[in-house]
This record gives sequence, structure tokens and C-alpha cells, in this order.
Amino acid sequence: MATEVSIHCENLTKTYGSVTALAGISFKVSKGEIFGFIGPDGAGKTSLFRILATLLLPDNGTASVEGLDVVNDYKKLRHLLGYMPGRFSLYQDLSVAENLQFFAGIFKADINENYYLIRDIYEQIAPFARRRAGKLSGGMKQKLALCCALIHKPVVLILDEPTTGVDAISRQEFWEMLIRLKQEHITILVATPYMDEAVLCDRVALIQHGEIMAIDTPENITLAYPYQLFRIKSSNTLNTIRLMKEFEGILSAEMFGDTVHVSAEKGRINANAIIKYLSEKGMKVTAVSEADPGIEDCFIHLMKRSGVVSNKIKTP
Amino acid sequence: MRTIFYIVQKEFIQVFRNRMMVLIIFLMPVIQLLILSFAVTYEIKEIRLYITDNDNSVSSRSLLRQFKSSPFYRITGEGNNAAEGMENIRKGKVHQMICILPGFEENLVNGAPARVQVINDAINGSAAALMNAYTVSIIGNYNAGIIAETAPEAQPAVKINWLYWFNPELDYKTYMIPGILVLLVTIIGMFLAGMNVVREKEIGTIEQINVTPIKKYQFIAGKLIPFWIIALFDLAAGLLMARLFFDIPILGNIPLIFLVASVYLIVVMGLGLFISTITNTQQQSMFMAWFFLVIFILMSGLFTPVESMPQWAKNINVINPIAYFIRMIRMIMLKGSDFPDIVNPLIYLTFYGITILSLAVWRYRKTT
Repeated sequence: MATEVSIHCENLTKTYGSVTALAGISFKVSKGEIFGFIGPDGAGKTSLFRILATLLLPDNGTASVEGLDVVNDYKKLRHLLGYMPGRFSLYQDLSVAENLQFFAGIFKADINENYYLIRDIYEQIAPFARRRAGKLSGGMKQKLALCCALIHKPVVLILDEPTTGVDAISRQEFWEMLIRLKQEHITILVATPYMDEAVLCDRVALIQHGEIMAIDTPENITLAYPYQLFRIKSSNTLNTIRLMKEFEGILSAEMFGDTVHVSAEKGRINANAIIKYLSEKGMKVTAVSEADPGIEDCFIHLMKRSGVVSNKIKTP
Repeated sequence: MRTIFYIVQKEFIQVFRNRMMVLIIFLMPVIQLLILSFAVTYEIKEIRLYITDNDNSVSSRSLLRQFKSSPFYRITGEGNNAAEGMENIRKGKVHQMICILPGFEENLVNGAPARVQVINDAINGSAAALMNAYTVSIIGNYNAGIIAETAPEAQPAVKINWLYWFNPELDYKTYMIPGILVLLVTIIGMFLAGMNVVREKEIGTIEQINVTPIKKYQFIAGKLIPFWIIALFDLAAGLLMARLFFDIPILGNIPLIFLVASVYLIVVMGLGLFISTITNTQQQSMFMAWFFLVIFILMSGLFTPVESMPQWAKNINVINPIAYFIRMIRMIMLKGSDFPDIVNPLIYLTFYGITILSLAVWRYRKTT
């Protein structure tokens, strides 16, 4: 891709005492790209985003956004950034409209001039313009926060878990907004613990323990999954996992909602063998099928490869 | 400039939307002035007195009548047994005991010193000193009467006439109210602005502010100006009440009072804001602000005169903004001092304000 670079990090590290938040992170984000950081809580996403938002100083390494160094050129950079912290940080005692006016004011931005950027989302919260921000629902709050982060027409948008704690419909609307913003050539960096949001990104980085395990498009990440995957639906998910772990040739068995995903070397086993095995053990199997790996499967695979097991990944 | 305006506007919306805050801002001057100026007084009424008269003569009864007729005393016990009176003091039933020893009248007639013993409950030192002073002055009057009666030719060698200038009746309110106005302005200045910044840190809204291109001085100015206006408003309300309800003389120039208060406010608000930049929670910042406030108030001369403090304490007062302000506001209100009289402390306060405010701006960090 011969596109221009918007964000460039080189070997960023950050530690808090003995805790390593970022263990040398390097990546590039192109202009106008939606770039997702996928990882569980404590993976280092917030530290990374706060460094890029010029709120936190890295211990080592360099980071630049739009060619401006986050440490030395932070003053210029703050005009270009739109940042939405993970925790709702607007004024709860100001109304929706007052919050928007305030942030437009301190950015010296003209609401009317930039209104087209936020029109689609703001129209959803406009009926509550006089309501105090603290009294909005979670999804509304996030929409308002996005409006406030966009009102000065930033070049780069940094969104730290914008959809955490937001209902499914609002999440979908929120993402539709982000995809529309892409047409305005705004670079969007988004952190999320939700795997289903990963496929909506142009590229994703899977991050764990302050390290990036993989960076690629969501398709390529799933294509790189080296094993064959089976989805099993049965009457007792927990017993199925326990039994499948004893099955010869199985590499992993993980719970995915009410199904179990098991992986095996390609061509080693087939669905019929699994049905037979489980039936012999007295399990009632509803369905076994070969499945295409999702981002979550890849994440778990990569995590296991790096020797860490975590079950903090959220499935919606 | 416009950025500061937006922050100021936002602060005012937030303050007036917070019902508790509005209540505090409008009721504080009223309540402080009403309660403190009526309740806090050094005058002592109703001294509970125990009388032990072991002489039981015309002279002793004549002396004791002076106490019985005084509105400041209530005789709670009388007898001829001093031990009983002491027991009453121990139990806290009486404040003071007067003991007239046997031979009081005889000594008076013979021209020998007649002895009276006064015993005070000094659990509260300043109250005891006051009671003692009242009693001693009554006995002194009695003494003067006897001298005039028995030896009219013996006039005292030095006759003293005294006047209390600037507060002729030694009215305690006249002395206290300027001080209470100082307290009012100080509390608002020290707490509201600083606490507001720490609150933004606690709720996390400061994160969103810090990524904006707001400059540090704009942020600090935006936090300072609203509460500066509110404090001056409260001062005006307080002065008006002092004038209307308490008839406190305001001899000096009122704009001068506001000039001094404006400069003073910058110092205390600067202190509050500085504290807010080095603390992360309202609790920490509250503790630290109170620490300074209590020391500054107690050393300021509001309750006890600075003149009676040891030299090292007077030296500490050099950095005590409240001491400067109390001195200046009393001078202007009660003495009618004019600009040239207070120009030195005012220049000092200005310098102090600039320093502390620069420190606050310098210490405020938009990055961690």
C-alpha cells in the first residue's frame, strides 16, 4: 500500500513500577484507515492510546501522529486529535448542547461549519439536547462523546473502547458512524474487547500483555489460522469441552457461547469421528460442523502460542 | 481570551446548576455574619459566683452587695465554709469563688490591708482571665470608695484618663466582623477553585480537557475568574450586612476594600489552585488546604493579637496572607486608612499572588 502514514510508533515502552503496560510496540497506521486494537483488559491499549493522545509520556521509543512527535510537538498535535477516553469524560452536569458548545468553543471550532461531520449521530441525540449528559443512557453518552471529539474536525480520532457497556443496537449505529467518517479521510484508531467489531476494521492489531501478537487485515488474520476448526453443539457444553480435550489429535477446545470450538491439525480428524466419539461417551450431540475461524479463534490461538491463557475476551 | 471565556461560562453554568453550591454561596455570608458575630464574643455574662464570707460584717456585706447587684454575676452559693466553695468549683457548678477572710472590717478600720481571695476556674484560660479582671475591677472600685471616704485628702499621684480610639466602646462586633468577612472570602477563595480542579481530576473530565489545545494559563484563569467574582460578590453582601444590621462603621474607601480583597483573593485562590495541582483527590486537597487554613487563621490575629506572639511566630506571619488582609481591612474599615497607609502590604500581597499563581500554572500538568 503506497498510502501516507498517519500514525507511526517505534518500539514504545511504558512501565508502571513492576507492571509492564507496553513492551516495545511498533506499528504504522495509514491515513484514513480504521485501525483496531483488539485485546483483553490490561493488554496495554489504554496506555498506548494515552501516549498517542499526548496525555502520557512513554518510557522509551518514539511515536508520531501526522508527522508530529507526541512528546515534542504535543501542542500542535492537540489541534489535530480527537480523543475519547474509555471512561465517560464529558461534563455530566452540562446539557448535551452545552457540552458540544463548550468543546467547540475551546477548540475555536464553528459548530455549523463542522456540523456535517456529526450530523448523523447528533440527530439521534438532538431530541435530548437540553438533557444533562449525566442523565443519558450509555449509548447516548458515547454518541455525545464522539460528537464532542469530532466537532473540531480532527485529522486523527482515538477511541478507547467506545462501545464498552453499550447496547448492541447502539454499538452497531456507532460503528456505522465510524465507517462513514472514514470517507472524510479521518484516521480512526479504536480499541475494543469485542471480537465482532474487529472485522469492521480495515486492519487490526491483536495485543496482549503490552505486545502486538499480529497485525493484519481481519481476513488475513483469519486466513493465517493454521488449523482446522470444528463447531460442536451439544447438550452439555462443559462436559463436551472436558471430553474433547481427551480426544486424540485435538489441539484446543474452547467455549463460544453455547457451542464448543475445537481445533486440530488439518486433515487429522473429521466431524463424523467427533460425533462418534462423543456419542460413545454418552453425550447428546446436536450438530458438528467444520467452521471458518473467527478473530477470536485466532486470538486464542496466538495467545496460547505466546504461552498465556486468558479468558477475558468478551463475546457479545 | 475567548477560550478563557468559554471555561468561565462553563464554570458558572455548573455552579448555578448545583443547588447545594448556590445555597452555600448565598447563605454563607449571611450565616457566618449572623452566627459568628452574635455568638462569638469575649464578653462574659452570668458568672456563677460562690461567696464565702468569714467576716460577716457591714464592710464585707457592702463589698459583696456590689457583686450581687452586678448583671454579670449570678450568686449560686453563699456560706462561711471555703471548702464547700472549692467543692463547687471542682464540680464545675461555679466559675469563681470570693473568700473574705475573718478580720476584714477590723483591718480596714485599723488601716491594715484587708484581704480578699478570688479563686477562678481556669479550665478556659481566657474566660478565667476575663472573670478575674471583672472581679478585680469591682473590688478596685470598692477600694477607691473606701479611700475617698476615710482619707479624702489622699488623691492618687497619677490620674489616668483613657480613650479607645477607632472602637470607642470596645465593641467586640466592630472588631470581629471585618475578620469574619476575611474568613468568608478566604474559605471561598481557598476551596472552591482548587476543589473544582481536583473534582475534574476525580471524575476524569480533565482527560478530555487535557487533549484540547487549552493553554495552562487559560485553564487556571478559567478556574480562577468565576470564583473570584463569586467571592467578591459575597464580600459585597457581607459588607452590606455589616453596615445595615450591625452598624459597623466603614470609615475607609469601599473601592479600596475591594481592591485589597481582589489582590488578596488571587493569593488564596493561587494557593488553593497550587494545592489542586499537587493532589489527585478532593480528600487530599481538602486536608492540605485545611492544614494551611487553620494555621493561617489562628496566627492571623483574628482571634488573638499578633503583637502577643513570640518573634518566630511573627516571622512566620510574613507568609500568612490572612494576616495581611485582616490588618488592612481593619485599618480601612475602622480607622479609615487610605491607599498610602496600606500600599506596602498591598505591594507585598501582589507579589505574593503573582508568585503563587505562576507556581500553580507551572505545576499544572496536562501530561502524566
